[in-house]
Amino acid sequence: MSGATKTGGRSRALPFAWKATKLLASVALTFLGLLFVTFLIGRVVPVDPVLSVVGDRASQTVYDRVYIELGLDKPLIQQFWIYLQKVFTGDFGESFMTKRPIVDDILRAFPATLELATFGVILGTILGVPLGVLAAVKQGRLADQVVRVVGLIGYSAPIFWLGLLGLLIFYAKLGWVAGPGRIDISYEYDITPATGLLLLDSAMQGKWAAFRNIFSHIILPASLLGYFSMAYISRMTRSFMLNELAQEYVIAARVKGVPEWRIIWVHALRNAAVPLVTVIALSYAGLLEGSVLTETVFAWPGLGQYLTNSLQNADMNAVLGGTLVIGVVFVGLNLLSDLLYTLLDPRVRRRT
Amino acid sequence: MTATLSRREWLLSEQPASRRQARLGQGYRTWLALRANPLAMIGLAIVVTLVVVALLANVIAPYDPIIGGDLRTERLLPPSLTHLMGTDEQARDIFSRLVHGSRITLMVVALVAVIATPIGLLVGTTAGYFGGWVDTVLMRVTDIFLAFPRLILALAFVAALGPGIENAIIAIAITSWPPYARLARAETLTIRDTDYINAIRLQGARPVRIIWGHVVPLCLSSVIIRVTLDMAGIILTAAGLGFLGLGAQPPQPEWGAMIAGGRRFIIDQWWVVTMPGLAIFVVSLGFNFLGDGLRDVLDPKARK
Amino acid sequence: MSALLTVEDLRITFPTRQGPSEVVRGVSFTLGRERLGIVGESGSGKSQTGRALLGLTPPPGTATAKRLEFDGIDLRSASPKQWRALRGGRMSMVMQDPKFSLNPVMTIGRQIMEALAFHGRSGRAEKKARAMAMLEAVQIRDPERVFRAYPHELSGGMGQRAMIAMMLVTEPDLLIADEPTSALDVTVQIEVLRILDALVTDRGMGLIFISHDLRLVASFCDRVLVMYAGRVVEELKASELDRAQHPYTQGLMNCLPKIDNDTRPLPTMTRDASWAL
Repeated sequence: MSGATKTGGRSRALPFAWKATKLLASVALTFLGLLFVTFLIGRVVPVDPVLSVVGDRASQTVYDRVYIELGLDKPLIQQFWIYLQKVFTGDFGESFMTKRPIVDDILRAFPATLELATFGVILGTILGVPLGVLAAVKQGRLADQVVRVVGLIGYSAPIFWLGLLGLLIFYAKLGWVAGPGRIDISYEYDITPATGLLLLDSAMQGKWAAFRNIFSHIILPASLLGYFSMAYISRMTRSFMLNELAQEYVIAARVKGVPEWRIIWVHALRNAAVPLVTVIALSYAGLLEGSVLTETVFAWPGLGQYLTNSLQNADMNAVLGGTLVIGVVFVGLNLLSDLLYTLLDPRVRRRT
Repeated sequence: MTATLSRREWLLSEQPASRRQARLGQGYRTWLALRANPLAMIGLAIVVTLVVVALLANVIAPYDPIIGGDLRTERLLPPSLTHLMGTDEQARDIFSRLVHGSRITLMVVALVAVIATPIGLLVGTTAGYFGGWVDTVLMRVTDIFLAFPRLILALAFVAALGPGIENAIIAIAITSWPPYARLARAETLTIRDTDYINAIRLQGARPVRIIWGHVVPLCLSSVIIRVTLDMAGIILTAAGLGFLGLGAQPPQPEWGAMIAGGRRFIIDQWWVVTMPGLAIFVVSLGFNFLGDGLRDVLDPKARK
Repeated sequence: MSALLTVEDLRITFPTRQGPSEVVRGVSFTLGRERLGIVGESGSGKSQTGRALLGLTPPPGTATAKRLEFDGIDLRSASPKQWRALRGGRMSMVMQDPKFSLNPVMTIGRQIMEALAFHGRSGRAEKKARAMAMLEAVQIRDPERVFRAYPHELSGGMGQRAMIAMMLVTEPDLLIADEPTSALDVTVQIEVLRILDALVTDRGMGLIFISHDLRLVASFCDRVLVMYAGRVVEELKASELDRAQHPYTQGLMNCLPKIDNDTRPLPTMTRDASWAL
């Protein structure tokens, strides 16, 4: 046997397709469970859902009618089935706070969170990866300790507190950035909403004054999220890089006379990139959680603020709708990170 | 002629004469290794301080945390010698409120750990030990809980149950156990087929005894490390819930709620917001340092 | 035959919790354009010796020596720039397991060309041509495919031959082979050794062959260094191994199975504590 290699092409396709199907089925099952959990939470509410619709002065006949309308007389499983059907048609019910379909509210709020989280993750990656590499290369020395402490602060400080302090210092005292909100009212009508991502919309439409205004609004909350993202990414990068730098192929590269910078950035990092991409996806998912509190502090009209507003108004349907959407995105991002891992590792991916 | 050993030599002896000596010796060595890590010691000091302050809150706090002073003259005073951290908008001494708030923090952390850890251990070890459909079902449930970001799920639960510190604790505990279950399951899988477990099985021990008597103690150290590292996250989640008004209700001096309360005054009376945040930060940092140190000591595989 | 490599009193120390531990304790030898084998068991320090010759003692270990010269260049005081020129260009090493010593996310071709990139100036086409020529020289039948392949797509023997190609493409003067066949199947070992043999002879290189396999080293090398517990306990010509003086070497020779003898009970090695001093 001299150099038999794995056959590519069709004989690899079948197991891959099977694996993908199993993965999707597993995710579908998780989604189902997600839905069931939110459904159950909705039923645990001590507030009577009928009363929240009809008010507490309604007569018994009205109460009974609404009771049947809401399907509360049916067995739990059937109610769940109805719930499932509604969710899959995009009907999350109506928010009694805004009197609009919840799905509309969510769709309107989502791009704001998307823009913020994306900007945050980009900042976190641009800063976090080099810092992590630096910490790994200078392991044990001052640079490493500094990076670790900076990261540790990110794990220990309450994000809403840092946000408030950030507003205090950079907005109130120094005036370097704009205050809460996404955009000043004076610019708000300059832009015709296209994607909902204001930075993109204003740039595409050439409205540069508005772009600057939007930027000065987003930079502080995005930096905040970026800091937390950076703490996680730098820590993981360091860990992966340390792992790679201890490998035999790194020694082999040194034997070849490859300069150290190339060994770090081309050899080791390229190998560390495989798990690192999954970490970045997970960080993105984690920023969804951070956005809830950040949006509250910065009056950012995204999904997080929608959730907390609905919460404070006891609008259960809205809360559940929002929770469900966030859960779905979270699962989706986790799934993406798994898929990316298999795609990027040449040992696993198909060769054409 | 009996040689008298100092207690330290006895603990570090290479040939322990009894199981108790071996255990104590192991504990002592762990302690020595931990002591060599300055950050871990700082973390330990912070945690111990938290416990002491919480226990002696009534003695340490100079003022009443709930009843304020004179609303005309003592509102929103800056930090001074009489009020170490200033007063808030209801003329309450912030330092005293922080001190009493440490009780709430400690209670949250302790209760969540006490509730979530056994659940996680139980689910994880059972799933790992029995395998098969038990494993599949339990892990599916775990995955579903893991599918939500922790704060969001806790939010949803508190929304359903109503605000209040007890509900917040339950909500956080419900969202905390899944990672411990995963960890316990992973550990159980590595232990399950070892010879000593097989030996006990051959002796006729029933699964319950095997799991609780043997598997769980072996998982314990990594789960403890994980729980300690998690405590910072638990504190932050609790503070977040408090900030949103979903934790301890006013006038309770919960640190997150204090920040929310001081938000209006942040520009001119920055101390109302800064002090509680510092407390949260320091305590989280302490748990993180301690957890990192414990992990370096107890789990050398994870050492970087 | 002038000395290519001179080593005098090489010592390698690693710090441990119980104090510094010397894993190589005063190794001395010279090497011309010949083949030297270093034989020892695990822990004898043979691999560390090999790495130290390339200045690759892993930190926190430190290597010191009274003399460490390669072709007149004092390696002890070589700057990083000098080392980068020496490594790959004039001194090279073939490592044990191609599964680990080849970068898994780079194609073989790129890795071979990279060795050329930092030694001498040549354009991309020339580098590719040389890499392909080298792959042919190690008897890879389909060099174009291997050039574009990733390490995990090759079998053990192919991978090791690719590694040899990678390390010899720059035509170094000295090659250190650290257990080059230990990770391979026995049938493949012979093939790879034959290729290595041909290349070393053709190019007139100096070779240090590190192994635990005494018989292999004896058949392949001109001289043999036997190491035990960080020291060289014996140095002799390969042809004179049956006249070994040191009891450890004699013990090793005795342990080799002989087909025409019926030695029972099977001989084992009795170690004298004095050897480790």
